[in-house]
Amino acid sequence: MSKMIEVRWHGRGGQGAKTAAYLLAESAMQEGKYIQAFPEYGPERMGAPMMAFTRISDTPIRIHCHVKTPQVVAVLDPTLLETVDILDGVPKDGTVVVNTGESPDSLRRSLSISGRRLFTVPATQIALETIGKPIPNTPMIGAMIKASGLLNIEAVITNTRKSFEKKFSGLVVEKNIQAIRRAYEEVKSE
Amino acid sequence: MGKLISMEGNQAAAEAMRQINPDVVAAYPITPQTEVVQTFAQFVADGRVDTEFITVESEHSAMSACVGAAAAGTRVMTATSANGMALMWEILYIAASTRLPIVMALVNRALSANINIHCDHSDSMGARDAGWIQLYCENSQEVYDTLIQAVRIAEHPQVRLPVMVCYDGFIISHAVECLKLLEDKEVQEFVGEFKPVNSLLDIAHPHTFGPLDLYDFYFEHKRQQIEAYGPAKQVIVEIGKQFSALSGREYGLFEGYRLQDARLAIVLLGSAAGTAKEAVDRLRADGLPIGLLKLRAFRPFPSEELIQLLGGFEAVAVLDRAVSFGATAGPLFTEISSALFRADRRPLLVNYIYGLGGRDIDIEDIQKVGEELERTAERGKTEQLVDYVSVRE
Repeated sequence: MSKMIEVRWHGRGGQGAKTAAYLLAESAMQEGKYIQAFPEYGPERMGAPMMAFTRISDTPIRIHCHVKTPQVVAVLDPTLLETVDILDGVPKDGTVVVNTGESPDSLRRSLSISGRRLFTVPATQIALETIGKPIPNTPMIGAMIKASGLLNIEAVITNTRKSFEKKFSGLVVEKNIQAIRRAYEEVKSE
Repeated sequence: MGKLISMEGNQAAAEAMRQINPDVVAAYPITPQTEVVQTFAQFVADGRVDTEFITVESEHSAMSACVGAAAAGTRVMTATSANGMALMWEILYIAASTRLPIVMALVNRALSANINIHCDHSDSMGARDAGWIQLYCENSQEVYDTLIQAVRIAEHPQVRLPVMVCYDGFIISHAVECLKLLEDKEVQEFVGEFKPVNSLLDIAHPHTFGPLDLYDFYFEHKRQQIEAYGPAKQVIVEIGKQFSALSGREYGLFEGYRLQDARLAIVLLGSAAGTAKEAVDRLRADGLPIGLLKLRAFRPFPSEELIQLLGGFEAVAVLDRAVSFGATAGPLFTEISSALFRADRRPLLVNYIYGLGGRDIDIEDIQKVGEELERTAERGKTEQLVDYVSVRE
């Protein structure tokens, strides 16, 4: 239990937050970890705020309750910052990664964030430039694992390739991997 | 075998069904069961199973088709949730009374009104008197394992009853977890070849199913049906042992967690058991002599075993994820207290209703139940019989 990490993903319906939560979990499992991943199910609508969760642990995960105090938060859509309390339950030493072109310093000032390790990455722009679509989920995984140190990037890439190959063409898979790598490199800390 | 994979609970259920490869599946989709039927239908379309998949226009028809197919002498499976099972109601009783070994995944969901797609046990608890065996699962691994065992339990010559494999909607059905699968061949060998009994299609030996049965014989038939549940308990234990030998995972009528030296116990069903184990560990660290009893078989209800196990405890908290409106307490509590009435030393009993319509129950909630239980034991009497976890009053 002490070695369990909980991650909360904030996104809007259609941005791939659930896929991100699942991909992170599967990558962690390939690294020998125990995992859980689940979205918050409500009225599912394209564009509506939603959350998804990943649990990663060195020991089997028994609990089946909600994630209330995530150590890591990833925000896939900057417009959520105005409407959703993305810091809810996040401990003072927690990690927050936001998809935005703003710097972490300026984001901290504009949102009056105290404590937490804050990171930013222009994930939508990276997605547009690599994948050609404004779907920020794969770059956000890259940024998030760099910011949190949760997983090795090569493990994530290997698993993403394996998982995406079932659904997408080789070109789409490689573009997503490129997006993960770029976000991993470009994520900014304070 | 042995490699961990990740799957949603519903996928694990569909995977078990694929490996079982039943003769007939008749099902209608309903949230949160949908992915079971959707995934299995894909297996059928891809030719990965030999199953005759019957698409129907309602759950009433789904269970009716299951009854017909099972009576004809085939291995039959289906899946549903909440309002879907409510629509099967009439046929649930017919399946059990006709002693048809149908296996059904029931993805537990709250019944309307108001409309709610999330988990509670009001659907299966409402059907507790229909004559089905009911087994409850804590996680995806148990869903997968229990569906495979359920086939053997249902078809056992001394049982011949339908089995409902219950697991929590969304909490388990839509969560990715780690689990281990068996090889196709291992599952095929474990479930074995289906041997029809009194098949309608055995035209050399004609049989009648469900005829008019008035006050001359109906009562005797019900009396016989009651007797079927005695062997069912032993068969659940026996099949559990055989499955343990194959998989290394233990199964019985219930699972006790840290009960050996406990004086206080929490009893519940389903996915909250894992959360409760964590709460028990924390309470133990604080010095509380508490354990957990996770019930797996609710029908048949293991009364004698629970008297043995819980008789002599100082206090027991029973957590119900369903209500029986107008009753003294929740359905699981009523069952436990009725059993323990015959114990030489009766524990004090309290009932908590929790998690209706998917309301979360966390580690701290269950810790509070444990702490309050200790105070009840110290007082030596139950002050409030029924309480509610995390509800606005």
